[in-house]
Amino acid sequence: MTDLSTRPASTRDWLLSDAPSTRRQARLGALYQGWLTFRANTLAMVGLVILIGLVLMAIFAPWLSPYDPVAQNLGDRLMPPSGAHWLGTDALGRDILSRIIWGSRVTLFIVGTVALISPILGLLIGTVAGFAGGWVDQVLMRITDIFLAFPKLILALALVAALGPGIFNAVLALAITGWPPYARLSRAETLAVRHADYIAAARLQGAGPARLLVGHVWPMCVSSLIVRVALDMAGIILSAAGLGFLGLGAQPPLAEWGAMISDGRTYILDHWWVAAMPGLAIFIVSLAFNLLGDGLRDVLDPKGAKE
Amino acid sequence: MTPMLQVSDMDVWFGPPHARVTAVKGATFSVAPGESFGLVGESGSGKSTILRAVVGLIPGWSGRIAVEGKPVAGIGRDRAFLKTVQMVFQDPYASLHPRHSVDRVLSETLALQGLGDVDRRITRLLEDVGLGRGFRFRFPHQLSGGQRQRVAIARALAAEPRLLLLDEPTSALDVSVQAEILNLLKDLRAEHQLTYVMVSHDLAVVAHMCDRLSVMQAGRIVEIMDAATLRAGAPREDYSRALIAASTWRRA
Repeated sequence: MTDLSTRPASTRDWLLSDAPSTRRQARLGALYQGWLTFRANTLAMVGLVILIGLVLMAIFAPWLSPYDPVAQNLGDRLMPPSGAHWLGTDALGRDILSRIIWGSRVTLFIVGTVALISPILGLLIGTVAGFAGGWVDQVLMRITDIFLAFPKLILALALVAALGPGIFNAVLALAITGWPPYARLSRAETLAVRHADYIAAARLQGAGPARLLVGHVWPMCVSSLIVRVALDMAGIILSAAGLGFLGLGAQPPLAEWGAMISDGRTYILDHWWVAAMPGLAIFIVSLAFNLLGDGLRDVLDPKGAKE
Repeated sequence: MTPMLQVSDMDVWFGPPHARVTAVKGATFSVAPGESFGLVGESGSGKSTILRAVVGLIPGWSGRIAVEGKPVAGIGRDRAFLKTVQMVFQDPYASLHPRHSVDRVLSETLALQGLGDVDRRITRLLEDVGLGRGFRFRFPHQLSGGQRQRVAIARALAAEPRLLLLDEPTSALDVSVQAEILNLLKDLRAEHQLTYVMVSHDLAVVAHMCDRLSVMQAGRIVEIMDAATLRAGAPREDYSRALIAASTWRRA
């Protein structure tokens, strides 16, 4: 540190400054610290790269896919992978690569929506239960127990059966069945911080319960929720694929990875690629989310380092 | 003259009726405006519990608490009370929110207390507790223990209270930092005409900081004496003498 001038030498120094001079610098600095920790984790970076690839694939699907995903060509049905059809064709002669590329949109939509609704619902219910205590806690947690008592996919199946098959109902069913673990998690975190001195200190400044919950308890729950969500993403994809496989998710001719495996099931012995290719796609994306979740845990876990 | 803080016949208990633990029994003392009053005793004698009950953090108490003659009830404390009485907690590692910057802590406090002119006030508060404005946007993990406690003191001073309750403000800090914080508290008291009620298990700290003190044992106040008596080592009760003897022996 020979440079004694107050102007930082580079953006990097500015970001890593121990004495940030504005709110924005402090916030960006904290983000950059997190990014450095994350970047050091090679596997997590692999996961991130795959997922960025997935998002780009979904955005640029019309330009990337070599064929129309729903165009049938019965003359070319069940063709093995070749130069013309890199991943082969399915029973109706549709190009599997194109269907996987378009299917990434459906997958991202399902995963994104469920991963947004369930944790927020769970956070709300869990923190209110943990913070209020008493009968509010009892009522909310018994409701959570009831939801937890049913296997998730069975409950989702029942919901979709009642609402009617379709992609929106599948999302709704997965979101409604997905929140209880998040509620449990955020309740546990809330109980851990509820009697912390910093909550007492804020209370002594006149902070009401709503402010304490949103401003002080939520920030302590969010990071473990994010990690949990990232690790659950794979499960959500598989549940969505499961619903699709059972014919209760995306309806034909919409390309959805689970439904594509279901279509390929009939031919799995003679024409393995019809089921294997979408299966591989689900596998890679699930793996990527798990790797990402692991990396995020290193960055966000409030119980790690930081001291 | 109306006492700044008057506590009479106070019992404090924890737990449900069938498994009740009474932590404080029949505590009575009063603190005059501008005075610095110490509560000493061994661990578990109920010193901190008294402070927590006064500010409404413990629901189970009986007796009478009055601040500037105005009695309080239950655990509700009105705005006027919170403007008059503030507290500094024992462990600055636990009393600052790990995800809130110094700026956030102080500006939220000022907003909650209904005070405007946030920028100027934050700068003033940080200067008052001996931290420059360079500390404003730091997070707790970028501060040392002593710096954290200074931030906690700044937060307590934000509403310009007249009575400051200090719950072992230095016991979680390194010995070298303890003296700094104690001197800071002494200066602040002179500067802002504050009244202190300070809990400590360290008799030397209390002798340095307080005009009068009460010795507690197993939830009861054994004796109330002035600092001169403590320094002379001539208290009335056997327990107080034993406590002083134990503490001087440790120092020898």
